[in-house]
Amino acid sequence: MNRSIIVHLFSFVFYTLVQALILKNLAIFNLAFCFLYVLFLLSLPVDTNPLLLMAMAFLMGIVIDTFYDSLGLHASTMVLIAYLRNPWLALITPQSGYEVGAAPSLRYNGIQWFLVYSIPLIFLHHFVLFYVEASSFNIFLHTFFKVILSTLFTLIAILIVQFMSGSRARI
Amino acid sequence: MGRLFQFFYTYRSFFTFLGFEVICIWLVIQNNQYQSSKYFNTSNEVAANIISTSSNVKEYFGLSDLNNGLAAENARLREIVVQQQKILLENRLSKIDSTKLKSFTYTSAKVVNNSVSLSKNYITINKGSDDGVAPGMAVISEKGIVGKVKTVSRHFSVVISVLNVNEQVSSLIKSANYLSTTQWDGIDPQFVDLKYVPRHVKLRLNDTIVTSGYNAVFPEGILVGVVTEFDLKKEALFYDVRVKLTQDFAQLSYVDVIKSVLKVEKDSIENLTIKK
Repeated sequence: MNRSIIVHLFSFVFYTLVQALILKNLAIFNLAFCFLYVLFLLSLPVDTNPLLLMAMAFLMGIVIDTFYDSLGLHASTMVLIAYLRNPWLALITPQSGYEVGAAPSLRYNGIQWFLVYSIPLIFLHHFVLFYVEASSFNIFLHTFFKVILSTLFTLIAILIVQFMSGSRARI
Repeated sequence: MGRLFQFFYTYRSFFTFLGFEVICIWLVIQNNQYQSSKYFNTSNEVAANIISTSSNVKEYFGLSDLNNGLAAENARLREIVVQQQKILLENRLSKIDSTKLKSFTYTSAKVVNNSVSLSKNYITINKGSDDGVAPGMAVISEKGIVGKVKTVSRHFSVVISVLNVNEQVSSLIKSANYLSTTQWDGIDPQFVDLKYVPRHVKLRLNDTIVTSGYNAVFPEGILVGVVTEFDLKKEALFYDVRVKLTQDFAQLSYVDVIKSVLKVEKDSIENLTIKK
């Protein structure tokens, strides 16, 4: 238990720094953004207490917001997907069920299950994020385009990280 | 009473969710106001130091471009100095109108953080209240307008970029001498829209747009951009005008913060008039 707290703490700092220093400056055609930090929330153990989950999502959102100068924006979207994550996990439980303390990961549950698990959450996160950020539906299509491309970009980044961190998958 | 607690306990995660979201929405609304949170933005010392270290590393990759830009600006300034001295000598001016010369003071600052692709873009610069920067000051570069200071900490400030859908700049069509408003539409970071240009104004392509100086944030005559496209729909009251910004915001490296010395005086006399 202790070891996993340290690992989570480390990954919290790691995802935040990667997001704030590298991925923030990365926007393909000014349309596709990568919000890899969502993976921190997605890869917390299945049986994490929902209250703790939301608190961590809120904290991470505030830190990311500090770097994006958009106070409350990332925090609200992170809390939203933190709230929906556990019901969604319960809904798509594989036939064998989850092991105690297992993290939802690609290596452990297979790519098909992982895509089903992550795509709706990433899409929802990006959808709310971009429309709240634009704070209007004036440029609806442009924003929607941003949402779709960014979802793809984030998903690809998340898959790459998941493939690379095979040994950590069961922490 | 017990059943009420039972109810809250059963739906505790929903209520926590609701609580967090209310806090977040409140923060979002607060942050959209002009004077907003002091700590959770990139002028925060910890965040600013991390970003400025990273920008120091990044700076090495653009040194030659930066150098060329600065050299060009130097040459231009030297030219102006020579011209001014000539004029001064010719007219034998011994006394200079102090109000005119000192109405704006400049502070140079380095951009440590910048974005162009969101709808509300902010820029962080490495000068803060210790260098005399205060909220409301104008920020320009040698190529044109950049934005307006939003919040300051001791060593850093956050600037609302012109590329922010909420930001409007009072501007002037130079050839027609007509007042209008510049605002970004949130799509292409190279272009802004010019609003409220009525039908009777004669617009031409490549007309220069400058700041008007009516809001006392920006000095008069700072470059905004040039008209690249305009269209007058049949029933429309105003033109649809596209303006290409002279400053490429993706390449922003050094900026000047302008303090308007006369702003307080101007605002106070205007307020007096409004109150009466």
